[in-house]
Amino acid sequence: MNVIEFDSVTLAVGERIVLAEASFTIGQGEFIGVLGPNGAGKTTLMRAILGLLRPRSGSIKVFGRQPERGNSLIGYMPQVRTVIPELHMRGMDFIAASLHGERWGVPHVRPGDRKLIDSTLSDIGARHLADRPLSEMSGGERQRLLLAQALLGRPQLLVLDEPLISLDARHQEVAIDVVRNVCRDLKITVLFSAHELNQLMGSIDRVLYLGNGRAVLGHPDEVVTGPILSKLYGTDIQVIRAEGHVFVMSRGRDVEHIEHLHNDHHGHQH
Amino acid sequence: MSSISNTFTTIITAISTDMFSYAFMQHAFIAATITAVVSGIVGYFLVMRAQTFAGHALSHIGFAGATGAGLIGVSPLWGLVVFSVAAGILMGLLGERISNRDVAIGMTLALALGFGLLFLHYYTAFATQATAVLFGNVLAVDRATILVLLMLAVVTLVILGAIMRPLIFSSLQPELAEAKGVPMRLVATVFLGVVGLAVSECAQIVGVLLVFTLMVGPPAAAQRLTGGLWSGLLVSAALALVEVWLGLVVAFYTDWPVSFCIAILSAFIYLVAVLRSISNASRSVRLADA
Repeated sequence: MNVIEFDSVTLAVGERIVLAEASFTIGQGEFIGVLGPNGAGKTTLMRAILGLLRPRSGSIKVFGRQPERGNSLIGYMPQVRTVIPELHMRGMDFIAASLHGERWGVPHVRPGDRKLIDSTLSDIGARHLADRPLSEMSGGERQRLLLAQALLGRPQLLVLDEPLISLDARHQEVAIDVVRNVCRDLKITVLFSAHELNQLMGSIDRVLYLGNGRAVLGHPDEVVTGPILSKLYGTDIQVIRAEGHVFVMSRGRDVEHIEHLHNDHHGHQH
Repeated sequence: MSSISNTFTTIITAISTDMFSYAFMQHAFIAATITAVVSGIVGYFLVMRAQTFAGHALSHIGFAGATGAGLIGVSPLWGLVVFSVAAGILMGLLGERISNRDVAIGMTLALALGFGLLFLHYYTAFATQATAVLFGNVLAVDRATILVLLMLAVVTLVILGAIMRPLIFSSLQPELAEAKGVPMRLVATVFLGVVGLAVSECAQIVGVLLVFTLMVGPPAAAQRLTGGLWSGLLVSAALALVEVWLGLVVAFYTDWPVSFCIAILSAFIYLVAVLRSISNASRSVRLADA
């Protein structure tokens, strides 16, 4: 069964067309890397899948239905993480606040919920974060906490918006491993947006490359090529492959590297 | 040891027989207690959502309501309630565009104070009460007002209880809460209405200009001292209680204004909490380095 279907979908933020007439389908258990230059619409695409943005035209189907907010089959990790840094709240309480957070009334954590959070944290090797206050966590630790939160309640689709930002190289690998294992073991579909293709190369099944209002889905070897990326970036791109690495170059400079540096400017807080 | 505790008991007994022989002090204590609990709890969420300035503005808009009510012969308390709750709901409906915008809020606040002054100008008999609205007059609270405060407190806490779970979720993780289907606008609007109610009550004790002393000081200190939600709420309410009680005692014996004593205590407790969390943080850094 197809988990996500885009049928000539046009997405717009205000007057700006982010995606024009895009069509693709993503199946169950696929690990999809979502790539593209800054502003290519990675977050917008994810918001549309979550039902936070209606397409201007075309149809989106998620699990065979129109996307709707509050779908418990989807685990989501947003990009703009407005975690209040000076908050002295414990990790457990922080996650507990999100569990059934849409229900009315006074919050209370049932023992079953606590167990569920505990085991999910343990699954990704972050059990010790339950009792740590958020204010004392590093950017990487907070990230892992949020990843655990996205995995709560056994979702069938994981939507992870830039989960590698503010992680150091080692924790980036750990995060990718965790997601890949979850994807394989539980047959969960994963949308994973990132800045650098190379870290994801060995793990993803297909890449969804966005840019210039277009979206191309396919095996990295088919998609990450000079002609296709030139169209997506709107400039002349050369793709150089060496020893399992892919370098996306524009006029002799590494595009991904430039993008990454640019993003460090406001995303890094390790 | 027992002599110390005996002396302590004697002092407490002396103070309480001394103070509570006056009906106005009894009333003041009851009114301050009700208000402190509400302020400490509602203020906790105000600080968590970083909307303290919005709370401050609501109290100033309430000032225009209070003086305006005086002009048409209605009790200032109801003017305060109607204006701050209405302003809170309006602010919530306008959404992010206004509730987190310093300039827009600052302008509205100034405009409201201006209107408050105009109303005062045309109702000169009310002028003596203006200081009471601005800086509070807990010593003048009567039995009827206590009843109204109690009723308002119950309404405030019941509504807050009803929206508490989505309120916390949407305060901590707005993007995720939105995706999970929390009605963000509704929750934010109802909350600002609740803040309007709490501000009106708080202004009865410390005045519209000093609502920060009870609605920001104690919760901000509590968030530095505790790590859990319920413990935070409890500590916040407890600190507010300590501040109003001690403030009343000090005011009784020194003849200083009550609101001043509460303001001093609020600032002092916040300062202690900040220093404590800073020293804790540097200790954990040293531990991590070792």
